[in-house]
Amino acid sequence: MLDFQKHTLDNGLDVILHEDHRCPIVAVNLWYHVGSKNERPGRTGLAHLFEHLMFEGSAHHDSGFFKPLQEAGAALNGSTNCDRTNYWEVVPAQALELALWLESDRMGHLLPALTQEKFENQRDVVINERRQRYENRPYGMVSMALMAALFPPAHPYHWTTIGETADLRAATLDDARDFFERYYHPANASLTVAGDIDPDATLALAQRYFAPLPTGAAPPALTPPSDQNSFDAELGKRLLLEDRVELPRLYLAWRTPALFAAGDAGLDMLAEVLSGGKTSRLYRRLVHEERVATDVSAVQGSRELDGWFSITATAAPGRRLTELDEIIGEELGRLVADGPTDDEIERGLAQVDAQFVYQLQTIGGFNGRSDQLNAYNVYTGDPGFMSGDRARYSDSTPAVVRMLADRWLTSCGRVALSVVPEGATADALHGSSPAVVS
Amino acid sequence: MPGNPPLVRFPPARAARLPSGLDLRTVEHSGPPVVTCALSVPVGSASDPVDHPGLVAFTADLFDDGSVKRPSLELHGALDRIGARLGTEVGADSTTVSLTTLSQYAVEGLRLLAEIVSQPRFDPLDVERVRDLRRSRLRQLKTVPGAVADRLLLETIFGPHPYGHLGLGTDGALASMEAGLVRDFHGEAFRLGPATLVVVGALSHEAAASAAAEAFTDVPAVPATSVVVDAAAVPAPPAPAGRLFVVDRPGAVQTELRIGHLGVRRLTPDYHSLLALNMVLGGQFTSRLNQRLREERGYTYGVRTSFDCRRAPGPFSMDGSVQADATVETVTEVLGEMSGIGRDRPVTADELALATAALTRGFARGFETAGQVARGLTRLLIQQLPPDYYDTFVPLVAGVDEAAVTEAALTHLRPEEAVVVAVGPVEQFGTGLETLGLGPLQVVDA
Repeated sequence: MLDFQKHTLDNGLDVILHEDHRCPIVAVNLWYHVGSKNERPGRTGLAHLFEHLMFEGSAHHDSGFFKPLQEAGAALNGSTNCDRTNYWEVVPAQALELALWLESDRMGHLLPALTQEKFENQRDVVINERRQRYENRPYGMVSMALMAALFPPAHPYHWTTIGETADLRAATLDDARDFFERYYHPANASLTVAGDIDPDATLALAQRYFAPLPTGAAPPALTPPSDQNSFDAELGKRLLLEDRVELPRLYLAWRTPALFAAGDAGLDMLAEVLSGGKTSRLYRRLVHEERVATDVSAVQGSRELDGWFSITATAAPGRRLTELDEIIGEELGRLVADGPTDDEIERGLAQVDAQFVYQLQTIGGFNGRSDQLNAYNVYTGDPGFMSGDRARYSDSTPAVVRMLADRWLTSCGRVALSVVPEGATADALHGSSPAVVS
Repeated sequence: MPGNPPLVRFPPARAARLPSGLDLRTVEHSGPPVVTCALSVPVGSASDPVDHPGLVAFTADLFDDGSVKRPSLELHGALDRIGARLGTEVGADSTTVSLTTLSQYAVEGLRLLAEIVSQPRFDPLDVERVRDLRRSRLRQLKTVPGAVADRLLLETIFGPHPYGHLGLGTDGALASMEAGLVRDFHGEAFRLGPATLVVVGALSHEAAASAAAEAFTDVPAVPATSVVVDAAAVPAPPAPAGRLFVVDRPGAVQTELRIGHLGVRRLTPDYHSLLALNMVLGGQFTSRLNQRLREERGYTYGVRTSFDCRRAPGPFSMDGSVQADATVETVTEVLGEMSGIGRDRPVTADELALATAALTRGFARGFETAGQVARGLTRLLIQQLPPDYYDTFVPLVAGVDEAAVTEAALTHLRPEEAVVVAVGPVEQFGTGLETLGLGPLQVVDA
């Protein structure tokens, strides 16, 4: 669905080019195939902290990364998740070379400019980011509790990308240097340049700035451990978390197939049937008809090594989480027994189709076309996998979706986390034990 | 280094008057087969009746809960089948309902938009359900420090002025809102006489005009009534009842801070100088305040300043969440920068060059998608800006000099009047804040 060229430089860097001349702007998008999954226990949060350090200057431009780009009219940002770290700039067409030079300098020559002072400053910033986005936010510690409950301690998804504060405090400049040497090199990266470009000239620019950088060893693929957390055969795992919240909220979660693995797209469709829009089964019953919940959502959160499916619902004032749990259980039971209707699947596919088109509207930024080309390239080796991705959804027939609900959303594999107002532990599902988060 | 800003023009819009009287603006936008239709009316939360704060947003929230033709879930089934994304945005001065769909469904999308805006069902059961949901939302916002701080700042700066409350309104007011009230208010306030329909996408002007004419054929664009409040015609708010307000969150790890005062109206003649001033002070990553508080001190994930320019003067504010033990120092720094930039530390040539370059060279990024163009056009109409506003933007920003920024700072930043709102663990900063000469500290509820 997207025209592109893919080249691989001698040092292993993938360069993907995509032309679109409607607007005189260019998107530069660079993925490093490293995320919090590559961290080790005791140093969680390092991948994301490292992303911050990438904006603090490199050998030949040892001052802030933002200034020259903002002066050129760029928007820019970066993000880290468990599997990858991405960086992007959207620049006026004539500033493309500046963006490529700056990206190449920090890919090849970050360490000479990385000081103890910068490291400590950004560590403080990240600890404050954690406070703002997790610790001081209602329901903010849920992801830590859920990931730890779903994945055993040796699994790379056991911890969240923001990391533990104690680990961030324990991290050293040497840890950061080591991380850079291991993961930040051309053979572990994918560069996409999209927009108002001349492909030949752009490839020449990419060659000029990136080809001289030394290659590194591709990090070995991670194999998640096969052991599981121990779950009760009937109740699964029940946890509770007290928080500064007004209304109790129930989180249900199950381990499911990884991104692009068999069943992944069908589980997306299941989520759509359960909570996509107001006509969805759970929204209709919980919020619209019985009014026991203020909101509900279901998501197949698929990642490179593994996936998880989650359902979240907040109790309406005066309602109990056990009521929500019972209704959700009834609706899942109905789906497992009868499957979705043809009409539900048709509507789900209409949403999927529209979403694929809407995502084509921007060339840059998070989830823009350049980001999608890099995602497909990094996860499948084929930047053009979009059509294959779309095709997976057509295969998700009612029978398939029914089978997936039956296969994956089991009671013995279920984590149920009740988040309740401080002191209101009796509001949690029966038999819940306190989740440990910090 | 990059040269001059690229020559980018905001795409030309065509205007038409539909047989129903509705004002239509269209832009043919090449790109993916997507169309965005946005209907906006100059009625926002400032038009809430005094005894019913929250009524405008509540009414707008009910638009998609069924129409005269079909109940809520059937209407949503129809939206789902065309993959539509529906959004309702209620600002202080305007409400915009926008629908994005694939261009092949443009006609059906426009029909649904007309149905949603002009014939809402207001079934008593839906009204009751949505009312309860909005009351729950208000209750939950009490535990969101940023939302508490936002609300308090508005209440403090604006008091009884139409800008002095949240769009959500108050729990007491919501509790009294019933179907009859909402239906009557809709009939009075959401008339399409002063409305504008903007259609942007892979669709010719003629096709858009004929689809819109058909969709809105039964909806005469009747002139607005006096229910609609023009905030610009209301007397300015009284002086705040103090300068230091705190909400205690014992044990919280950060303090959510707002520092602000009455700002400036959108049609201020020095708007472009104000934009440059804000960029230097706190409007971008490399701003003075973000550099100091994040990149030098590490106290915060980031802070920003903004002038929320509305039909009447809106708020100026500094927003940020800082580690609790840096609360007092942050307040001192912010007040110090607000003062310094107009006086002893005026903007430098380098700072100004960075700010204006970011604004002018970044201009083209704003018109990439149909949704962005629709928003840009809608903003022009709502804010009563001249039709050539976007054509003059780059030269006017480029013409801002240091003296103009200093003048804007002296005119529009008033640190000696600024109100400080802090939501956090008072034991860690209360005494310290009281030493700053801002008057007595007032502890209020969330």
